[in-house]
Amino acid sequence: MRRLSDLSLGGFVALALFFLYAPVVVLILFSFNDSRLMTLPLSGFTWDWYKAVFANEAMMRALRNSLFVASVATAISLAIGTMAAFALDRIRFPGKTMFRRIILLPISLPGIIIGISILNMSSAVGLHLSLTTVILGHTAMLLAIVVTQVFARLQRMDRNIEEAAADLGASPWQTFTRVTLPNIRSALIGSGLLSFTVSFDDVPITFFLTGRENTLPMYIYSAMRRGPSPEFNAVSTMIFVGSLALIIFSIILLTRDKGESNV
Amino acid sequence: MAYTPHQLRAVAVLGIPLTWVLITLVVPVAVLLAHSFFVVEFPTFRPALVFDSYNEIATDPQYFQVIGRTLKIALITAACSLLVAYPLAYFLAIKVKSHTLRTTLYFLIILPLWVSYLLRAYVWKTILGQEGILNSFLMYTGLISEPSPLFLYNQFSMVITLTYIFIPFMAMPIFAALEKIPPRLLEASADLGMTPLQTFRHVTLPLSMPGVVAGLTFTICLTSGDFVAAFMVGGPSSTMVASTIQSQFGASLNWPLGAALSVIMFLFVLALISVSDRFETRAQGATS
Repeated sequence: MRRLSDLSLGGFVALALFFLYAPVVVLILFSFNDSRLMTLPLSGFTWDWYKAVFANEAMMRALRNSLFVASVATAISLAIGTMAAFALDRIRFPGKTMFRRIILLPISLPGIIIGISILNMSSAVGLHLSLTTVILGHTAMLLAIVVTQVFARLQRMDRNIEEAAADLGASPWQTFTRVTLPNIRSALIGSGLLSFTVSFDDVPITFFLTGRENTLPMYIYSAMRRGPSPEFNAVSTMIFVGSLALIIFSIILLTRDKGESNV
Repeated sequence: MAYTPHQLRAVAVLGIPLTWVLITLVVPVAVLLAHSFFVVEFPTFRPALVFDSYNEIATDPQYFQVIGRTLKIALITAACSLLVAYPLAYFLAIKVKSHTLRTTLYFLIILPLWVSYLLRAYVWKTILGQEGILNSFLMYTGLISEPSPLFLYNQFSMVITLTYIFIPFMAMPIFAALEKIPPRLLEASADLGMTPLQTFRHVTLPLSMPGVVAGLTFTICLTSGDFVAAFMVGGPSSTMVASTIQSQFGASLNWPLGAALSVIMFLFVLALISVSDRFETRAQGATS
């Protein structure tokens, strides 16, 4: 009886994984399929869709914009988010709970609300839409990601080692860069990576805040009005493989980190 | 005005993020709220303090319909994601004993998140469409003789696509909650003569509720604000609130109405979060 229920649970998990991966496989498979139509059976192998991506000037430009937006938004969010996490961890001030709630709100707030409210503010103060307003919108969301992770790390950190550094004559800045920063490094790398992907992937915020320039997802979103094309499969397969490489790289970096601190 | 360096640092560390949050979140939402009370003067609008937009939403049945439908799709999606994600998380956290296998499976569950949101919706369009993979497969096997239009551009395709997207988000908090349950608690329950089902009902399930609530909140909030999946796989019968908002700021050019709808969505999300926060605090109080 017990084995039977375990077995059916195992079967269910296998089915669920199939459900999760069948679309991913479909996406990747059809990026190599020798036909514009996405129907079975597959018709043949081709690299054409990948070549088409690289030859597509507008898509490449959008890709560069996306890389720019994601880098700047991530950098800003890391800097400001770390400060906010410190403030939440170490400073006592009135309205702290409120501050924490507001800063973490974007985690469950649909992107459209962030996009639309910044759009409304921009129009009220006469700010023109551009990649700058896009970055502004992205940081609102990314800040929540960085604060969550860095704050959790700070809470677990042993404050004694900072005091020890200060006792040994380190200036506050030295204590921060040599003691605190290495201790929250994994949280910074982790949340930075997540922030970058979230920004790189965003449509709902960017949709309302971009001017003449497009980011990659926005370019794809508009191009999809003209119907499906395996080109989209090809570009997203490349992004998927790229992010995978980035994740594995950071995991290696982080485990090496751990190994060192254990010595 | 003499501040110590320590105080100055504190002011900067707090002041910069505070300013940033004001500029990117608080002021924008305040302006949004203000705009929702403005008067439309097509194609633009002028400052006022009227409830025209809210009135329109309350009296025109199409908005009620859209809001009701959005809630329905969000709730069904959340329920379906829960039904798939809970057993997944349970299997991982309770049944799998090997640490490596558990980490690998966890990684496998969240990995699809790195396929872009847009593309995860798009791939379902290519699967469910009339010239899609499902139809061509069914015709190939001879189960149907001509392509069926029933799979795409309706509420069914919305729910399956959104469920697909949100399963990993649902599994993560549930797994985190289940993983925290000490194994000896489950052993003790078995030793006291509880059947596995009883142990699940009286020990495991209640202790995992904070994760379930967190996952449900997150999924309901984000699906109710979706317009990307709706654009991809939703049809006229599955227009979502967010799609309506989007068109008010685009083709329909009625900013006050769009702002009012956004404010309603914002308040809905706030209410949901505070309910789930309260639940979490109570759950923490109960265990400590």
